[in-house]
Amino acid sequence: MPIEVNGKQLEVDEEGYLANLNDWEPAVAEVMAAAEDQPLTSDHWEIINFLREYYEEYQIAPAVRVLTKAVGKKLGKDKGNSKYLYELFPYGPGKQACKYAGLPKPTGCV
Amino acid sequence: MADYKIPETHEFPIIPSIMEGAMAHSSPFVAGEEFQSDMGFPFSGETGKLIDGWKERFLELMQEKLSKYRSLQVFMDICVKCGACTDKCHYFIGTADPVNMPVARQDLLRKVYRRYFTFAGKYFPKLVGAVDLTEDVIKQMYSYYHQCSECRRCAVFCPFGIDTAEVTMAARDMLAQIGMGQKYSNQIIPKVHKIGNNLGLPEPALVDTLEGLEEEVEEDIGVKVRYPLDEKGAEILLVTPSADFFAEPHIDGLIGYGKVFHAAGVTWTMSSKASEAANFGLFIGNYEQMRKISLRIRDAAKELGVKRIIFGECGHAWRVAYNHLNTLAGPWDFLDPNYPVPQHILEFTKDCLDRGILNINKSENDHMTLTFHDSCNIARASRIGDKPGSQFTTPRAVIKAVCNNFHDMSADTIQDQTFCCGGGGGLLTDDLMELRIKGAQPRMEALKNVSNDHGVTHMAAICAICKSQFTKVLPYYGMTMDQIVSVHQLVSNAIVLEGQETDE
Repeated sequence: MPIEVNGKQLEVDEEGYLANLNDWEPAVAEVMAAAEDQPLTSDHWEIINFLREYYEEYQIAPAVRVLTKAVGKKLGKDKGNSKYLYELFPYGPGKQACKYAGLPKPTGCV
Repeated sequence: MADYKIPETHEFPIIPSIMEGAMAHSSPFVAGEEFQSDMGFPFSGETGKLIDGWKERFLELMQEKLSKYRSLQVFMDICVKCGACTDKCHYFIGTADPVNMPVARQDLLRKVYRRYFTFAGKYFPKLVGAVDLTEDVIKQMYSYYHQCSECRRCAVFCPFGIDTAEVTMAARDMLAQIGMGQKYSNQIIPKVHKIGNNLGLPEPALVDTLEGLEEEVEEDIGVKVRYPLDEKGAEILLVTPSADFFAEPHIDGLIGYGKVFHAAGVTWTMSSKASEAANFGLFIGNYEQMRKISLRIRDAAKELGVKRIIFGECGHAWRVAYNHLNTLAGPWDFLDPNYPVPQHILEFTKDCLDRGILNINKSENDHMTLTFHDSCNIARASRIGDKPGSQFTTPRAVIKAVCNNFHDMSADTIQDQTFCCGGGGGLLTDDLMELRIKGAQPRMEALKNVSNDHGVTHMAAICAICKSQFTKVLPYYGMTMDQIVSVHQLVSNAIVLEGQETDE
């Protein structure tokens, strides 16, 4: 069941994660977020972009603590916690934000 | 949050009136070609479609298992339908679906067993409730054998000691071998073999995460506590679930292990090769996978030249390690015989506390009143120490040594009668969220009651799955995700290291 982004059909898995990482473009996040009635503000984009950069380097999404620390450094200590991230991504920063960023879903006991 | 009917909680447990077919729709994603073949399971050409000759293969596998595992043969024959198990399963209590009564769930396999393996069932199937093996029966098995978390609470109450978990494991393995593996588990296990852990955290990511932790702890308390990876010659190898590197509150537990090792003055290391304690081979009933995953720990221990192996907070990992590590990956004659192989981190910490070598300031945990969730696999399949019941007393002793306020939940929901968190046994996946929420009902009820009656604010756990599951389901029951904590997080809060900056 592919999703349509900018006229292109992109393959996704059963849970809506992009099948091919290279298919990602910012519009993918917009389309996925719109389908979940989740508005994307510049705060959301800060997270999505960080996830993509981290993935580029380490081939895995960052641990929650790594993410909150990075957010805290960049956006101020009051935002460097998982509460802030859950406010942005109510389904969980790990899973929802990863999906929008085109990354595979973190699997395991998480 | 998705829209499910959340089960009510009560002041006292209420056995629900049955609702036929209430969870018949629940079924996790089936593994596609990639994951079936990664695992060496057959693929029919279409996800969820059975392979050619599936029926013969299933019966052949069943024959094999019945002769290999005497226990399974006994469990197929011995049930007298006394009903003692019917209201003991958290999934039955939370869903009211009668097939989730352990006896009924087991009977999905037993009915087929009778039809093909017993005299009465072969010739008079209707008289003995035997059924033909059809695709519908297979689908029902796939659905309901993924509504059992292999927690074995029902087995505690069974007068014959029938172990439902073993029936579930056998069924799941046979299903996988006819093309119906479960996506979640079969996606995860290959990551252990390819990368070293369930999450797929490669070595550079582990290094980065652990360096970050060292910085964080130093900023926090002013002491350089090490979180070493792949350090040859260390005395202890710590094997911990990869969720401890990744998720909250797991990582606070990992911080705690490091502080205890630091205070005890021992050298220790983690391993990028054995960066996973979990062993999902158990969940899918696949002995060969259990063995292969365990052997990684042996290889890592040899390569690093350690003298001891300690496991972090992970429920089923401890069950596999405590019961089977020697058969799966022994002999461990190259380790120091003065210590148990393997040892649980709580046993190590308790020993340090008993010997008085940890400096503890209990008041650091005074903002909380704790209770403790016994993890099913630890409670019903192991000890933490060398005495019967030590799996119950050791974690509580550690919590009480570092916290002033503790209160147990209702006696019929703890220790050997503990309820599963609702996400164990390979069910901690988003596609089973409805089941997970409903299956958490008995634990949530007990927690609410102890909160109302005794002011409990937080629940401590010693299993990565329990911690993740509660983080997810607590909000559905009107509580908050940060009410679940790691036991070593409590230790971490209270321990005062030499040279530590304190608030005073």
